[in-house]
Amino acid sequence: MNLRAAMNLRAVWAIYRVEMARAFRTVLQSIISPVISTSLYFVVFGSAIGSRITEIDGISYGAFIVPGLIMLSLLTQSISNASFAIYFPKFVGSIYELLSAPVSYLEIVIAYVGGAATKSIILGLIILATASLFVPLHIEHPVWMLAFLVLTAVTFSLFGFIIGIWAKSFEQLQLVPLLIITPLTFLGGSFYSINMLPDIWRTVTLFNPVVYLISGFRWSFYGKSDVSVGISLGMTVVFLLICIAIVAWIFRTGYRLRN
Amino acid sequence: MPSIISISGVTKTYATGFQALKEINLDIQRGEIFALLGPNGAGKTTLISIVCGIVNRSSGTVTVDGNDINKDYRAARSLIGLVPQELTIDAFESVWATVSYSRGLFGKPANPAFVEKVLRDLSLWDKKDAKAITLSGGMKRRLMIAKALSHEPRVLFLDEPTAGVDVELRQDMWEMVRRLREDGVTIILTTHYIEEAEAMADRVGVINRGEIILVDDKAELMRKLGRKRLLVELRSPLATVPEKLSRYALELSPDGQQLTYTYDNQSDRPGVASLLRDLEAAGIHFRDMDTENSSLEEIFVNLLRQEP
Repeated sequence: MNLRAAMNLRAVWAIYRVEMARAFRTVLQSIISPVISTSLYFVVFGSAIGSRITEIDGISYGAFIVPGLIMLSLLTQSISNASFAIYFPKFVGSIYELLSAPVSYLEIVIAYVGGAATKSIILGLIILATASLFVPLHIEHPVWMLAFLVLTAVTFSLFGFIIGIWAKSFEQLQLVPLLIITPLTFLGGSFYSINMLPDIWRTVTLFNPVVYLISGFRWSFYGKSDVSVGISLGMTVVFLLICIAIVAWIFRTGYRLRN
Repeated sequence: MPSIISISGVTKTYATGFQALKEINLDIQRGEIFALLGPNGAGKTTLISIVCGIVNRSSGTVTVDGNDINKDYRAARSLIGLVPQELTIDAFESVWATVSYSRGLFGKPANPAFVEKVLRDLSLWDKKDAKAITLSGGMKRRLMIAKALSHEPRVLFLDEPTAGVDVELRQDMWEMVRRLREDGVTIILTTHYIEEAEAMADRVGVINRGEIILVDDKAELMRKLGRKRLLVELRSPLATVPEKLSRYALELSPDGQQLTYTYDNQSDRPGVASLLRDLEAAGIHFRDMDTENSSLEEIFVNLLRQEP
């Protein structure tokens, strides 16, 4: 079957374009502020504290934290972009138009998640470029690096989309990123190797899914990782599948959209 | 001619247990202006939302031009334009971008000439580059209509189109609705302004507490249920209505100058001719007389009163 006949690609494009336009309209908030905060991390952790920390796994501390920093922004921005994109029309009521349009759920997800993921991937690359100004960077597996970047951006944009549909208030919208994602990222080895932890805490940490994302991502840079790359990739895909399953359920039941 | 929208056995019970619609059956004819009347909370918006795909129904079927709203949702929804009651627009987009977005969302290829025509028809062309947030309330309402018309729908739903709209815009809107009808667009409007239905509609449906209690031709409805009043201006004032005329249940104005006789086409009250004969016989002379039809509003109020 012809793809154009089977799908409303014009609708996907229309939504995607509006989402991207919003990022450019709020360029200060979407792009510049994460760049500034990343630079601050480098100043504080990389230079001030990092100069007193020896190398980790043979990598200078400043370079070591780069993948973790990118992941930190990638996760939080993917979630906030996607959750806001779908929550806002719900909040102001303009969602009626999306629900009354000849658009399938798959198209809605592709457009919103695609928009959010694109923005956070661009952001990740900007942070990478910013980081290269502070520390000499070396990317051992660039293709895998991009693969992890895209996979993580898509997975967490989907997760953000779910939060956006679930949330009934702006407070709830902030709740999950603030109370769950940020702590998990900080405790997931952004700023240290989990091998530096006592055994018991290392075991506990392995229940933190973010560990696998950061570990795999760091491997693509330096060829060294806390857990094996296969497991990292596997866990990321599992999380992606869980998000897809939840989105499928939401759309099948009309949860908080058509009720 | 087959109806363009066919609603059969549709019910809706919200998760809270509130039953918004009880077994709705309704057919909308192609090319007509149909007014759905009802008090606030009667189920008008729920019914529209179900047809447009915004709310899932609990049971029943709906087809739009023969397309089931679930199985053939793309075909069904492509035919429908919806102007909701609330003004809900992305405030930071320009008028042009907002309307073009709607067209794309409904799968139509970009057509700047058509979008321009829609904006001109709605007197929004000067504002095409303005952000929605800077528009006045009336203009925002027009922008909502422009969005709904952007994809050339065959059926247009107007949910309370003139709520909170000034007189001039209301006239413009009625004019626009008539033009659309001439182009063959079917229009369904909900309102609790009876005058709106009276001025515009070909047929009227009345919904109350989730049930359609009546659907009829507007003229037919007014003929069947409308009351008529005969006002008789007297030559000299009366103190009381003579006993002989009691079967007419006449009302006498406080100054005794005017008699009012209310009758309707269904009741078995005697006709005007016999009243006039009896007035003559009682020696009551009149200077002038006039008749009045009751408005749809009165019909509506009477209908709701009869509800248990």
